[in-house]
Amino acid sequence: MKEALLKVENLRAGIDGKEILRGLNLTVHPGEVHAIMGPNGSGKSTFGGVLAGDPRFSVESGSATFHGTDLFGLSPEDRSHEGLFLSFQYPVEIPGVTMVNFMRAAVNAKRKYFGQEPMGAADFLKMMRQKRAIVELDNKLASRSVNEGFSGGEKKRNEIFQMAVLEPRLAILDETDSGLDIDALRIVAAGVNALKTNDNATIVITHYQRLLDYIKPDFVHILYKGQIVHSGGPELALELEEKGYDWIKQQHQS
Amino acid sequence: MKSLSQYINLYAECRRQLDLVPKPIAALRPKALDALRVFSEQTMRRAPYTEAAIDRLLEPDYGLNIQRMGFAVDLSATFRCEVPNISTLLGVTLNDTFRPTESLMRNIPEGLTVCSLTKAAAGMPSVVERYLNTLAADSTPQAALNTLLFQDGVFVYAAKGVSVERPVQLVNIFNAPVPLMAPRRLLVVAEQGASLRLLLCDHSQRNDIDYLSNEVIEVFVHRDASVEIYTIEENGASTRHITSFHCRQEEGARLTLNTNTLSTATSTATYTIDLAGTGADTRLGGMVIADAGQTVVQNVELTHSVPDCTSTQNFKFALSGKSKGAFGGKIVVKEGAVRTNAAQTNRNLIASDDARMTTAPQLEIYCDDVKCSHGATTGQLDPLALFYMRSRGIPEAEARLMLTQAFMADVVDSISYDLIRDRLRQLVERRLSGEKASCAACAAENTCHC
Repeated sequence: MKEALLKVENLRAGIDGKEILRGLNLTVHPGEVHAIMGPNGSGKSTFGGVLAGDPRFSVESGSATFHGTDLFGLSPEDRSHEGLFLSFQYPVEIPGVTMVNFMRAAVNAKRKYFGQEPMGAADFLKMMRQKRAIVELDNKLASRSVNEGFSGGEKKRNEIFQMAVLEPRLAILDETDSGLDIDALRIVAAGVNALKTNDNATIVITHYQRLLDYIKPDFVHILYKGQIVHSGGPELALELEEKGYDWIKQQHQS
Repeated sequence: MKSLSQYINLYAECRRQLDLVPKPIAALRPKALDALRVFSEQTMRRAPYTEAAIDRLLEPDYGLNIQRMGFAVDLSATFRCEVPNISTLLGVTLNDTFRPTESLMRNIPEGLTVCSLTKAAAGMPSVVERYLNTLAADSTPQAALNTLLFQDGVFVYAAKGVSVERPVQLVNIFNAPVPLMAPRRLLVVAEQGASLRLLLCDHSQRNDIDYLSNEVIEVFVHRDASVEIYTIEENGASTRHITSFHCRQEEGARLTLNTNTLSTATSTATYTIDLAGTGADTRLGGMVIADAGQTVVQNVELTHSVPDCTSTQNFKFALSGKSKGAFGGKIVVKEGAVRTNAAQTNRNLIASDDARMTTAPQLEIYCDDVKCSHGATTGQLDPLALFYMRSRGIPEAEARLMLTQAFMADVVDSISYDLIRDRLRQLVERRLSGEKASCAACAAENTCHC
């Protein structure tokens, strides 16, 4: 058995004093795809935000170890450098910052973190071109402001494009399927699958099963009221699709 | 305003020297003196952030270079300017004395005059008399004080139909071993159909000595003429700057004024613009970046006097540290100025708990059938955008810098002259990344010919 890439133990976290994650445990190994499903308000997006270091959330107790490092001891930027990537459910528009400057800053910050020189202009543009092809992202978007005026599909493809550039060890896809038509969903899923290796891992956060037709999970977890209450294989997602979340709610009501 | 009496006394003592100027200038002194006497008895009349500040600014006992002593300064050694690919018609004002450069004298095109104001007042007195102080007209304490004390200035005149391609760059430099006030004066006239670009730079070469620049700029844009003015203020930490800018636009005249305050101790500017001829067009843009204990005040008083004129204003402040900013934007649409189209925005970014911004947009409309809009916002950097950038590995400081730059982008982008636009972009980036904005530190490839 390989060493765990991410080990989350008894994580309690919340926002404005309200506890949302109530003792969450999860272990992810390299090469694995985990799906986290659950009804609205169960804490799925909070989990992604807490791992990435979203300052709106505060960690009350518990730990997260990311390939041996204390994840919560790192700034959001250092979590990124160490190989964590969050694909946002709602990618943020940044008027006035062009995609190309945004990505150059990100790439060179990571290189600096590892003691490397900034990337040359020609190499950088070549890499951008290659990575864009993975999600069929239009070249024209490079000179536009980050996510500004992008369609829903373009925003999500842009997230996967950034993931392709940063080559994370662990990618967390937060509701990447929301707002996507079936063609865009296929492109995004194909991009994620193309980036998959035996050394990296993916956590897919989703409400619906349909994304999992394209990104095949090895494990499916059900998050409810801030805890993982049920784990299983891919068949669990199909069961949820069929039965809905009510049986989970009933089971944990009493 | 108590601060004024010391200058009234100074004038009484040194009158003989101060009036050793050509008649069109000396003739303005009595009225200025009367106005100052009245102001000195008054307490504050208008917006407190203007006049209280002016009173404080004038309070210290600055010296004036009344004897016209020449300060031995090797300009070429200390002043180096990097405006890439721009070959400008350069003139330097050291403290308050204008020094044309050799290249200016050599390259000045037919129909353009750039010279010292005293020379112009002696050589073409009727022209100078016709314009000088007719707009500023001792209307404020600072303008009256300037008129009472100034002994030199710059005169820029574009004759009828003359279109000047190369920008005229006027650099104000402070360098004196003692605290000094410089009453600076600039008179710009663009005759009918003329077009002219001015780049005005303000620098002080020392951070450790108090300097005060009390500057009056008067600009006349005649029928169908066009004047573009870009200002860059990169003064030292002990330099205070008062600007009284006045402009009158005739029929179809165009004015672009883009001001950029990058560093100063205190900078207070009032831009008074009169759209006096139908179809005149004014475009104002302003960018202020302030930190530490800096104070920057920008006031606009723009008057639509006649029909069919347009004006836009876009002023932005980025404040950090304990800096203070104030914007007063007044648009007056006079009776009969139908089909006026006036828009004003003021957006401000506060990057620290101790920075303060005051904004007061005002519309006074005495006429129907006009389109006027104004909007003012003051806020912080978008925390979501900041986190998004950090989650991609961009360090917080760099992310803040990029977002602040992005906030300013539209002011810089609105500059139609690309060479100045590119230069400003660099200056803003350097300023925001914390490098000292100073002329001497400018990594010059091209040395200006001065």
